[in-house]
Amino acid sequence: MKIDFEHRQAAHCESGVTSNLLWNASGGKITEPLAFGIGAGLFFAYIPLIKINNGPAIAFRTMPGHIFSRTCKSLNIPVERKKFGSKEKAQVYLDMCLETGHAVGCQVGVYYLPYFPKEYRFHFNAHNLIVYGKDGDNYLVSDPIMEGTNVMDSYQLERVRFAKGALSPKGHIYYPKENKEITDDQIRQAIKSGIKKNVYNMLSIPGSFAGISGIRNTGKKIKNWRDKLGIEKSKLYLAQMVRMQEEIGTGGGGFRYIYGAFLQEADVYLPGNQLAVYSSIFTKSGDLWRTAAVHAAGIYKGRIGSQEDFNTMGDYLLEIAEVERSAFETLKKIKWQ
Amino acid sequence: MKKDEVPQDLSSLGKITKEVCYATDSNGKYVTELSSGWDVKITALDTAWGDIEKRIAAAKQQVRDGKASPLLFFIEYRLMDVAILAGYTGIWKWQIKRHLKPEVFKKLSDKKLQKYAEAFNIKVEDLKTMTVHED
Repeated sequence: MKIDFEHRQAAHCESGVTSNLLWNASGGKITEPLAFGIGAGLFFAYIPLIKINNGPAIAFRTMPGHIFSRTCKSLNIPVERKKFGSKEKAQVYLDMCLETGHAVGCQVGVYYLPYFPKEYRFHFNAHNLIVYGKDGDNYLVSDPIMEGTNVMDSYQLERVRFAKGALSPKGHIYYPKENKEITDDQIRQAIKSGIKKNVYNMLSIPGSFAGISGIRNTGKKIKNWRDKLGIEKSKLYLAQMVRMQEEIGTGGGGFRYIYGAFLQEADVYLPGNQLAVYSSIFTKSGDLWRTAAVHAAGIYKGRIGSQEDFNTMGDYLLEIAEVERSAFETLKKIKWQ
Repeated sequence: MKKDEVPQDLSSLGKITKEVCYATDSNGKYVTELSSGWDVKITALDTAWGDIEKRIAAAKQQVRDGKASPLLFFIEYRLMDVAILAGYTGIWKWQIKRHLKPEVFKKLSDKKLQKYAEAFNIKVEDLKTMTVHED
């Protein structure tokens, strides 16, 4: 059994899954950057209280699941989503979806994902892939970050769908219920609301752990890491930050480049609003994040590591916070043409 | 990032799949470009694994010194923590913490040991003897 579905590689798993699931309905209009921007994907959060692999939780993107939900909601596409207590029921439901011709998104853990290299397998449970068919006991899997498709047997798939730990997927499955046509006008409205939501997330979320204030605050904290955590732990924390920023599925520069690509594509739908110009600010921000990553690498490789080097590291984040603050302030003030 | 500056330092992922990056072409237009890896990321991952190896070695020593049960070793070996192990086994966290004591671990029922072995994807015998088979 095989469904009419074409695998397209993407940078990021969730925006890739969203774009690929909506591909047929949108006639290919909902590209990965559009899904990411409409889903208000850009974010920053630093949550030292939540530990991931013995380091602080650092995120450059919005909460898992939000990109798909927001994109479908903005485009008025009804969504089916389910979680399961029972592994058997989860498989029965998946098979039923496939039989009725639906390719479906699945949230999975990567620790037991067979086609990932061992070095990349951590207990990270917010990965997304598409199941688009079944052949005997084998499921046909389209993982957007991979160049090609993969096959997983029912046990392998069950294992990753029922991975345990933080954000455990519980068999989470989701798909657009019907292939409604998506009009350009809907896309225009969705772009505006996606930008508005992202402006709010980056500028106005209360507290100093998230958004621009989160970046600024993290920059200040980094300057104290050397004294407070000691050099070895600081190295681990910086390596963790760089991995969250650049590792599999960010498109580079902590998702800032995907957002830049989104604004360029948005400009075509909404000309006269300078979106292509604002896109270049995010390119600059992505470049700065990468420059900071190179500096961080100097520290965790042990090439540098003085207090002065940590001050420079912190200052990079302060500079980035300023660039992104002005970018989002500008987006906030747009009078749509 | 410019398209021709997208790094191509071969990573262990790069041997299996290249990653999509977004970068700008000579006209400043965003395009996608495949990358086989970036040295900065490779060393970040190496740093994380260096720490994991240290934790595994320390756990092994603690088990050998009779200060912890083999559970501790396999928790570190499988990059887990007590909460994740509780998730996979359905055993309460406070119970797992007790089972980390060698004298309590020795008295565990076969059923409990089997649950732990399944979570670690190993055999009960290997769990008891702290034996690792590369997989």
